[in-house]
Amino acid sequence: MTTTKFPLAADIDEGVPSALDRLHQWVVTVDHKRLGIMYIVMALGFLVVGGIEATLIRVQLAVPDAHFISPNAFNTLFTMHGTTMVFLMGMPILAGFANYLIPLQIGARDLAFPRLNSFAFWITCFGGLLLYSSYITAPALFGGAAAPDFGWFGYAPLTEPTYSRGNAADYWVLGLIIVGFGSIAGAVNVATTILTMRTEGMTLGRMPLFTWITLVVQGMILIVVSPLTATLILLLLDRSLGAHFFDTQAGGSAVLWRHFFWWFGHPEVYVLMLPGFGFVSEIIPVFSRKVIFGYPAMVAASVGIGFISLGVWAHHMFAVGMSPAANTFFAISTGLVSVPTGIKIFNWLGTMWGGRIRMKTPMLFCMGFLVQFLCAGITGVMLAVVPFTWQLTETYFVVAHFHFVLIGGLIFTVFAAIYYWFPKITGRMLSERLGKWHFWLFLIGFNLTFIPQHFAGMLGMPRRVYTFLPERGLELWNLVSSIGVPFQLAGVLCLVWNMIRSYRQGAVAGNDPWDAWTLEWATSSPPAEYNFAKLPVVHSRRPLWDLKHPEDPDWQYE
Amino acid sequence: MTAIPMPEPITTPWTLPRRGPVGMLLFIVAETSIFGVFVTTYLFYIGRSLTGPTPAEVLHFPVAMTVSLLSSSLTIHQANRALRRGATARFLGFWLATILLGAGFLLGTAREWHELIFEHHLTLRTNLFGSTYYALVGLHASHVVAGMLLLLIVATFGIAGRVRPEHVGRTDVISMYWHFVDVVWIVVVTVVYVIGR
Repeated sequence: MTTTKFPLAADIDEGVPSALDRLHQWVVTVDHKRLGIMYIVMALGFLVVGGIEATLIRVQLAVPDAHFISPNAFNTLFTMHGTTMVFLMGMPILAGFANYLIPLQIGARDLAFPRLNSFAFWITCFGGLLLYSSYITAPALFGGAAAPDFGWFGYAPLTEPTYSRGNAADYWVLGLIIVGFGSIAGAVNVATTILTMRTEGMTLGRMPLFTWITLVVQGMILIVVSPLTATLILLLLDRSLGAHFFDTQAGGSAVLWRHFFWWFGHPEVYVLMLPGFGFVSEIIPVFSRKVIFGYPAMVAASVGIGFISLGVWAHHMFAVGMSPAANTFFAISTGLVSVPTGIKIFNWLGTMWGGRIRMKTPMLFCMGFLVQFLCAGITGVMLAVVPFTWQLTETYFVVAHFHFVLIGGLIFTVFAAIYYWFPKITGRMLSERLGKWHFWLFLIGFNLTFIPQHFAGMLGMPRRVYTFLPERGLELWNLVSSIGVPFQLAGVLCLVWNMIRSYRQGAVAGNDPWDAWTLEWATSSPPAEYNFAKLPVVHSRRPLWDLKHPEDPDWQYE
Repeated sequence: MTAIPMPEPITTPWTLPRRGPVGMLLFIVAETSIFGVFVTTYLFYIGRSLTGPTPAEVLHFPVAMTVSLLSSSLTIHQANRALRRGATARFLGFWLATILLGAGFLLGTAREWHELIFEHHLTLRTNLFGSTYYALVGLHASHVVAGMLLLLIVATFGIAGRVRPEHVGRTDVISMYWHFVDVVWIVVVTVVYVIGR
């Protein structure tokens, strides 16, 4: 493939530094691209850790009455699996992509506050390491649990000193407070960048959809992650200084914790999902060779999801015993979320409709996402019905639902994004053959694992249970569910191998391997430290199309 | 592809808001959410303590503290106005006055806490009132301390004669934060000393 020269790329030979110099450059860097890559690599590392934890859980649950691991270890595994995947994998990988892509997409040379960006990354990284150091240091001190073992949403009063002896819970609280500070710093930074550093001509209405959605997400992080940090500080006061916020023996309220946690916890689902929508909104048009269908509706739907998601948190609490009025309100608001989400799915299909679809790996993952996320949405609407939730709350049906959301929705799009932007980040193409293996193995494994969990849940299998008895009709579902795991692992191994191999000997990508339209493809792959030798001027939503087709520019039609 | 024909010339100059105030505004959004949790907790636990002392027994409306903190918003505003005009001496005077008023506020907090702890034996551990009171007032006071540090850094530069009119963009950002801390105090006073008593 020949390297296409675009007017916004520059070629300056910077020489090859030594290995130590390179390490030093990475550690002290304030460059948004390097920090973005470090975020992504860190998140993929924690994805492997969280995946190992999930694998151990599935091995334990493969057959009834198993004793592969101890009950205590099992409790720490599902707690750390959830905490890891949400805070150390989901949030950082999206922060990484936002870091890397936002300045490139809006034609800026870096984020608004580069040193704050470096601070945010390192504090997130140390927060994760602090949480995991619990495994090493906590058991030696007071004979408590080796790691947090109360579930990832840390319901009171299980996290109080009376019930969580030792220091494991303190590691959890402190780790999450620190990671929260990193998220808030990152959100302030990225949102400020989008609001103040867009290149000439890029009005809000011309921003790429990924940028738009990222802006919405950063706003949500400010409104929902900060309260979690505040709530964790209250819990820290309880544990360390003897306050009584969530101490039910002194009049504290366990329900208040649940309200605070889910005020964070439910919008958090959209904080994780919306960037995935952003990836899909960038990839589907490029691989369908059409402009996105209904750009204003997509923006409105993203903002709408952001707003509505702030009013649905208590649907996690239908079984708490709220008033019928509250239950009704949260059931209706939850059902309402499906409207903007439906608009989005409709618009993606509208974009593909009549397009010349190119079945490359990024597009495959986007199409997989559409199907899997639709399934997740349907079980979501089912769970919005209060009596239905009364029956199935805290069962494997719920586990299956949110894994369909977070894997079918988020992980599929993250994989699509990796295949799509890897050529920009490294200058090399990922192998299509390995990519297709990855896609099909993962798709099969994912469905094998999580479809049966719906049935196990409907048959009454509670979540977080250490084991189950034979002859209750649960053996088959659990066995199939565990059989899916090796397929998923094989798929992820394909990705890892693909990344390592292609980084060294993949086909050279060139600046714009997908013939795309947003500004990141207008500069070299990988981009120089200053991103653009000459800052571009934007006249439409597809600035690179205008550069490539001066005879037929987009701005004449918008 | 060498030449790119330019579409119609852009008539209005391309300006975007400055990043300092925008960043501070977004940070204030996050801070507001944090205070939101503490205030909600305070309101939720009013009257739910299982033991005494109660707010009505031990709290007095903090007139001097409120006056000093609220007037410090005026002095920092005057300081920045002076700096914008280039009156650096006047700026420094008002800036130092702001620091004194902030210090007066913190002194008031210290005296109040001393009285509560040593005369009324109210600590974080005593009851839910103690937990929520020290958490909310303490969170606010810690923000005043953070603001004081920022003010002191600028004051150090100011005394060294290094703060010039072109720095007003930065002192404006600090002023935004300080105004925010003041507004939060109005909320805290209302919740703790009016509603809660």
